[in-house]
Amino acid sequence: MYSYNDFDAAFVAERNRQFRAQVERRIDGSLTEDEFKPLRLMNGLYLQLHAYMLRVAIPYGTLNSAQMDQLAFIADKFDKGYGHFTTRQNIQYNWPKLNEVPDILEALADVEMHALQTSGNTIRNVTADHFAGAAADEIADPRPVAELLRQWSTDHPEFQFLPRKFKIAVTGSPNDRAVTRAHDIGLRMVQNDAGENGFEVIVGGGLGRTPMVGKVIRDFLPVADLLAYVEAIVSVYNLLGRRDNKYKARIKITVHENGLETIRDMVESRFEQIKPGFTGFDQGLLAQIEHAFATPAFKAASTDGYEAARLANPAFRSWTDTNLTAHKNDGYAIVSVSIKKHGQTPGDATSDQMRALAQIARDYGHDELRISHEQNVILPHVHKSDLPAIYAALREADLATANIGLVSDIIACPGMDYCALATARSIPVAQQIATRFDELKVEHDVGPLKIKISGCINACGHHHVGHIGILGLDRAGVENYQITLGGDGTEDTHIGERAGPGFAYDEIVPAIERLVLGYLDLRTDPEETFLQTFRRLGADPFKAILYPAKEAQNAA
Amino acid sequence: MPRTFTPKVVTANALLEGDAVWLTEDNTWTRDMAKAELLTDEAHAELRLLEAAGRQDEIAGPYLADAKATDDGPAPTHFREDFRTRGPSNYNHGKQAEV
Ligand code: HEM
Ligand code: SF4
Repeated sequence: MYSYNDFDAAFVAERNRQFRAQVERRIDGSLTEDEFKPLRLMNGLYLQLHAYMLRVAIPYGTLNSAQMDQLAFIADKFDKGYGHFTTRQNIQYNWPKLNEVPDILEALADVEMHALQTSGNTIRNVTADHFAGAAADEIADPRPVAELLRQWSTDHPEFQFLPRKFKIAVTGSPNDRAVTRAHDIGLRMVQNDAGENGFEVIVGGGLGRTPMVGKVIRDFLPVADLLAYVEAIVSVYNLLGRRDNKYKARIKITVHENGLETIRDMVESRFEQIKPGFTGFDQGLLAQIEHAFATPAFKAASTDGYEAARLANPAFRSWTDTNLTAHKNDGYAIVSVSIKKHGQTPGDATSDQMRALAQIARDYGHDELRISHEQNVILPHVHKSDLPAIYAALREADLATANIGLVSDIIACPGMDYCALATARSIPVAQQIATRFDELKVEHDVGPLKIKISGCINACGHHHVGHIGILGLDRAGVENYQITLGGDGTEDTHIGERAGPGFAYDEIVPAIERLVLGYLDLRTDPEETFLQTFRRLGADPFKAILYPAKEAQNAA
Repeated sequence: MPRTFTPKVVTANALLEGDAVWLTEDNTWTRDMAKAELLTDEAHAELRLLEAAGRQDEIAGPYLADAKATDDGPAPTHFREDFRTRGPSNYNHGKQAEV
């Protein structure tokens, strides 16, 4: 894993010292909230409905056991004993007190973590495929590039006041698990005809009130040109991006309004201009960083015990069927630990659970953990012979739910239970859907299905790219939920289409139940997934299921 | 005809804890909305909001929220403000846990 050098450590310490002084001046009243707000946002501190909220960066979702232990310590000492893992591969604390936030930041710095640039109109925490460095289908580990981008973007003087926030995602695999097409810049690793690694550069994707699928601005960018090219994109955006209207300020609108061709021409000419300035220092740095991400020393051991345990224990077998992904090393597996036990808040882990995960990573996982944008925790490198012991330890910690990729593995943003911008709740809707499908005992039969819920149009819960998306709105003072269908967040990114009128709070769970059970009658065979069925048939039969009364009226 | 004014309360987030507080008639901040001052006159409401905004070392983000009179005191009319009097629905945290 990457470790801070002296510069990183001193930089974070200095920023923390500054923020401590700013908090003191806020508390004694010498700073007003208007003056303090941009300062706190630069340090990841929000003010929510019931409390402050601190958003801590987990760069490219990677952390070690000591860091996870420290997150647990912070949860106990400064919060209510839990944390919320988010779709941005961050952890959020929902109950910090203003006067204690500087101490939290110091506790984070002790394990080389921070909350910088988790907010504000800067380049945000770079996200990456959560299976990076482990997946069987990967060309190369994307995290060195993500770390390079982080170092380059952190406190970059030109990019502290961009027209709007700026999010970069990177994947080293052609199978996109990082939703790169819904980011301001998406980087998807590909190989050219000569077999060299490079990136397909995607620009102008985004969700929010105007969802857009990113467009390819460069088919193949050699790895060596990455930083110069990304800088060229951001500086063209910095110039052209609209500052007159917050809702038109993201690069997706800049690309849309100016046209991809114009943007491409400007980026390419800016790239040519600044490229000579990148004299290889960044490549030297990248080489050093790559060293820090060297593959762990994998062990060789028999997997017979694992196969025997699968045969002997159906619960274990079911868990291995849903929660494992192919690892690049045959004897190994990638474990996705579900933070979505039926009825629990998606993404919330207690401090005990965090410590259990840290211990498992230490004992069996080469000391590595990941946070996925789907709000689960990943053990990227696990030898199959250790899986029975890991499963037992996870059960002990109430973390052994076998539902990865299924109906109850729902992404949900904090919604109106926490978020000051929300127009409706999302967490209880997710809890109730998961509980209901657990009662029905059909989710394994239903198979892969991604439900994603946002509590307002900002789309933090990725509802636009859910196979079933749910958007919570405020309709004349009551919660109302709109369903979108057919969204997809993979390399074939699609924005879901609206199914029709929204549903009241007490109607939304039955509507989802109708929809999912109805799909079972529409699919050709159990192998055809919800999304495939939707693509084959289009929206109409699904709408008929959702709005039976209306259908009857039309027929009458 | 003058348009009718929906009664309001001045509300904000407490500076240190960040939780919801409401302005009372005697210029204190209460964590119980029912003890807040119900403002039925628009000009008076604006004035109270200005006064509240001056108290930067106690609160953040003051605004006027719709409210209605009840026998127990002012109560929320919108579900967002209702949640602010209680806390989140997924855990027994926040104000609902403090009573
Ligand atoms: C709770 C405080 C939060 C606030 C105030 C907030 C604010 C926003 C806003 C205003 C947008 C729309 C940006 C735009 O369209 O220009 C947005 C988008 C987004 N946020 Fe949040 N958000 C919050 C929590 C979260 C959480 C918890 C997550 C992760 C689970 C998250 C992830 C995202 C994502 C993925 C998007 C959409 C992608 C994009 O277009 O940027 N946010 N957020
Ligand atoms: S989608 Fe809306 S409600 Fe949900 S976290 Fe984002 S801003 Fe808040």
